[in-house]
Amino acid sequence: MDVNVSLTVNGKKVTGKAEPRTLLVQFLRETLGLTGTHVGCDTSQCGACVVHIDGVSVKSCTILAVQCEGKKVTTIEGLAKDGKLHPMQQAFHENHGLQCGFCTPGMIMSAVDLAKRNPKPSETEVREWLEGNICRCTGYHNIVKAIMAGAQASHDLKG
Amino acid sequence: MYEFEYQKPKTLAAAADVLKKKKDAKLMAGGMTLIPTLKLRLAKLSHVVDLAGMKDLVGIKATKAGVTIGAMTTHGAVAASAAVKKAIPALAHLADGIGDPAVRNRGTIGGSISNNDPAADYPAGLVGLGATVVTTQRKIPADKFFLGMFETALKRGEIVKAVEFPIPKRAAYMKFPNPASRYAIVGVFVAETADGVRVAVTGAGGCVFRVPEMEAALAKKFAPESVVGVSIPTDGLNEDIHASAEYRAHLVTVMAKRAVAAAIGG
Ligand SMILES: Cc1cc2nc3c(=O)[nH]c(=O)nc-3n(C[C@H](O)[C@H](O)[C@H](O)COP(=O)(O)OP(=O)(O)OC[C@H]3O[C@@H](n4cnc5c(N)ncnc54)[C@H](O)[C@@H]3O)c2cc1C
Ligand code: FES
Ligand code: FES
Repeated sequence: MDVNVSLTVNGKKVTGKAEPRTLLVQFLRETLGLTGTHVGCDTSQCGACVVHIDGVSVKSCTILAVQCEGKKVTTIEGLAKDGKLHPMQQAFHENHGLQCGFCTPGMIMSAVDLAKRNPKPSETEVREWLEGNICRCTGYHNIVKAIMAGAQASHDLKG
Repeated sequence: MYEFEYQKPKTLAAAADVLKKKKDAKLMAGGMTLIPTLKLRLAKLSHVVDLAGMKDLVGIKATKAGVTIGAMTTHGAVAASAAVKKAIPALAHLADGIGDPAVRNRGTIGGSISNNDPAADYPAGLVGLGATVVTTQRKIPADKFFLGMFETALKRGEIVKAVEFPIPKRAAYMKFPNPASRYAIVGVFVAETADGVRVAVTGAGGCVFRVPEMEAALAKKFAPESVVGVSIPTDGLNEDIHASAEYRAHLVTVMAKRAVAAAIGG
């Protein structure tokens, strides 16, 4: 049986129908058409689906849409402001932090959470933080470089 | 996932009531075990009862005697807590090693111990420190809480409210993680407490267990070399594609030695 779910997604209030078993990622992709958030596994391990809920990184494949009632969700589509990429997105672009790009939305959302907690992460800290983000192209080298640059740039922007 | 009804009661009494009345109802805390289980259709539930509305289950209180952690407190909150880091750094370290950041942002101590996965970290922390589980009905010592694989002393409708940890003189947790999931292939928690030395092992067997021979040797002399000569029998140890029973038995001694060294070191 469908229920109504109301939440704020990328700054906009939305209401949609969902079954209790509907995952947040399904709600985002299928109901709201926000297909930037990807699904890469069935076992909550790959992190392609990471979004922020009230500012904290969460695997959107492992939370029900109904659990997000009244919460603020940010997806990869919500990072750019006024047509300008977020510093972390820009850093992925400049450092070529991707190959096929499938893992990239989750990588960037995780990285933005890290940068908020730790504005100058070391390479080791970045690699440890990426424990839950798997890149099938195994291009971690440039991803790590991008995140270190992106964290610095986010920090500089804030001043 | 099979269909179910979702409920988010405001009180523990209301939650317990649903569990008592509906045979196939289950509590949900962080959902980090429950949702993957439902997704794989390994469980079919009539009702999912979300504990997220209960704010008094969230939080960490530290006194001179101990640290009390609410059941709905996330692994991330325990890992980041200044109070836990000061009173029982080994416990903050344990929480920080669970899964990955996104899992730690949702998964809770109450969910972890109620699930009692044979490879979970918290069971070793609770048994190693001699903690007490506070439920809606009683207080259960950790030694009597974890009964077997995915089995605890909790009765139908009984809900974990908090865990009370006494502060040890020194303690450390060392795990040899599965490289994919980060669950423990073997994890050993060693603590020197007011009531003696405790050594608790997770990942190796069907359920967390203590190693009395190591505890006796460490009581005589709290040093890494005290456990080197103690090996545990392979009978009943887990065996899978990741590690044989012999390998796990070997790891218990190695991890115990490292944990003692870490406990002495800081
Ligand atoms: C990718 C991944 C990696 C992981 N790695 C690790 C790891 O390295 N080490 C580790 O220890 N764990 C690991 N976990 C498991 C994680 O720690 C879970 O958070 C934990 O096992 C369950 O906690 P939860 O709050 O998510 O509970 P849920 O999944 O919501 O619930 C688990 C069970 O406990 C019951 N329950 C929940 N709360 C209560 C309560 N208060 N009282 C009574 N019953 C309750 C539920 O009914 C359910 O049966 C991992 C999980 C994932 C997805
Ligand atoms: S799709 Fe969410 S962790 Fe893989
Ligand atoms: S770039 Fe292809 S999966 Fe990471």
